[in-house]
Amino acid sequence: MFRYIIKRVLLAILTVFIICTITFFTMHAVPGGPFNREKALSEATIQALNERYHLDEPLLTQFGLYMKGLLQGDFGVSLKNGREISNIIGESFPISAKLGLMAMGLALLLGTVFGSVAALKRNKFIDRVIVFLSTLFTAVPSFILATLLLYIFCNKLGWFPVWSVDKPSYVLPVIALSAYPMAYVTRLSKTSMLDALSQDYIRTAKAKGVSKWLIIFKHALRNSLIPVITYAGPQIAYIITGSMVIETIFTVGGIGSKFVTAINDRDYPLIMATTVFLATIMVIANLICDLLYKAVDPRIKYE
Amino acid sequence: MDDKFPKKNILSTQIDLSKFEPATDDEKRQQDVMSESTTFFKDGMRRLMKNPLAVLSIIILGIILLTIVFAPMFVPYDYDEMIKVNGKKDKSCNNLAPFTYSENEMAYMEKTGEKLFPHIFGTDELGRDYFVRVIYGTRISLLVGVFASIIVLIIGMLYGSISGYFGGKVDLIMMRIVDIIYSLPDMLIIILLSVVLNQIITFKPGSLLSELGTNMISIFIVFGMLYWVSMARLIRGQILSIKENEYILAARSIGAKPGRIIGKHILPNCLSVIIISTALQVPSAIFTESYLSFIGLGVKAPMPSLGSLANAARNGLEFYPYKLIFPAIVICLIVLSLNLLGDGLRDAFDPKLKR
Repeated sequence: MFRYIIKRVLLAILTVFIICTITFFTMHAVPGGPFNREKALSEATIQALNERYHLDEPLLTQFGLYMKGLLQGDFGVSLKNGREISNIIGESFPISAKLGLMAMGLALLLGTVFGSVAALKRNKFIDRVIVFLSTLFTAVPSFILATLLLYIFCNKLGWFPVWSVDKPSYVLPVIALSAYPMAYVTRLSKTSMLDALSQDYIRTAKAKGVSKWLIIFKHALRNSLIPVITYAGPQIAYIITGSMVIETIFTVGGIGSKFVTAINDRDYPLIMATTVFLATIMVIANLICDLLYKAVDPRIKYE
Repeated sequence: MDDKFPKKNILSTQIDLSKFEPATDDEKRQQDVMSESTTFFKDGMRRLMKNPLAVLSIIILGIILLTIVFAPMFVPYDYDEMIKVNGKKDKSCNNLAPFTYSENEMAYMEKTGEKLFPHIFGTDELGRDYFVRVIYGTRISLLVGVFASIIVLIIGMLYGSISGYFGGKVDLIMMRIVDIIYSLPDMLIIILLSVVLNQIITFKPGSLLSELGTNMISIFIVFGMLYWVSMARLIRGQILSIKENEYILAARSIGAKPGRIIGKHILPNCLSVIIISTALQVPSAIFTESYLSFIGLGVKAPMPSLGSLANAARNGLEFYPYKLIFPAIVICLIVLSLNLLGDGLRDAFDPKLKR
């Protein structure tokens, strides 16, 4: 177990390092330096700027300095407005994290409930409805769902207010963000619940006279949750990338919409920093899920 | 008892001649009652055709394919052409609702008595026929989906089969590389590369590539670089189990080269798995493309894709909701039917899931 953890942690660190490397070198492959403006700067200014940002050093030295900065939490400065990027991330990430966690909690909770209900009422009407809806929602791109939700419930019916900084309304963004993972978790937990229900230990429990609800909660549900945990890791990646679109549509000032703005502005340091930051979070989330998965299911052998 | 032959003694060696008479035609026919032999493919197709959802998806996909291939031949408008009446640009036909005509067009039709082709989905904010734009958008999205899946298929197949066949150290190193690529956040890398490649790559104007724009090329590059890993894993797993079969040993013992064994004996045996996962790859590629188009990293204007059409429809959604609805419905239909078809194929062809 211990060796496995060490191995996984090392792999995660390696992945983060590779992501930083890719980001750094792709961003530096863009022709033109960050200070190429329409208005020509004087030689002296350019020299001073180059010296300040170490642009005159060889690329590898720059890379070393960049990595050193990253380790100290220094992401550099945004080209667009000259603000410290760590400040931008610091104030926008909590909003995204809140949004993402709520969406994920909703998806996991309702997904397992729907999936279990569908499995317990197999081939009944309610099973068909759940299967139909979950199949449908895996085919609807999140941005279309979000736009429709905004149009119907915000503009037409006026049930929910448009997002504003002092009065944030999380309901619609959370629904839009959680629809796809919820549909997926529903399908997943239905299959694994059916699988769990057909196991011998369920029959044994029934034969011993254990009540129906105890069987469902104590024996079937707990075992059917294992595949859902494996899915939760990649799902975090989905939620983070999905939130870029959702945040842009609902004008939520989270890190996702900052990323999209940075792309449209070609604000390279900000793109670089957000990529590294989000990627690190995804890798950590995946790592935690992997370890958790091994921890809850003793049948799995460690490589 | 008036038998032709006298009753014979049990110990007699006299031959019963009736047993040696040639068989009559009737008797011969009795030997042919065996049912027609089926192949693996036929068997799978028969099962697939019994699945109503899969058949429905095939029909829907067929209709969409026929429409996007043939409809541009009948509709007299082009995807980047602003509608002209009598050779002059029609200013009044921006943002028409489905099946309506602009004032100029109505006047023209009344004057000449000639019937103009209706705008089935209306027009967009620049006075372009929306039906044609949605059709071209569908073409682009499907093209991207299929092309990206083929890239993934080729790279994944090569990598997976080499890694699986040779095993040992080669396999270990190749699979570690896969592990690392697998844990990279794909969407972020796609966005990053799209941003950069946009600045680096330029194409000769006029070629198909320049019309699609560098974003599409970077999507293909990124798909080629990142998405093949799950395909490679899948194929490696298949090959690991197939290569233990006796016929592989037989082929190896008569001196067949690894390339021949992989190509002739192993890959055909995991063909069904490959086809199914390619079929399921297409909708995910379409999703990715529409998503990138939506955040402004998709095809180059004026070329439409379903994602960029949906994105453009967000402005003025209040007044023209149909502009979002049409591309949205097409995306959902394509993805849904491809998903259902893929599921159907898996159920029909995967022997492990046979009920």
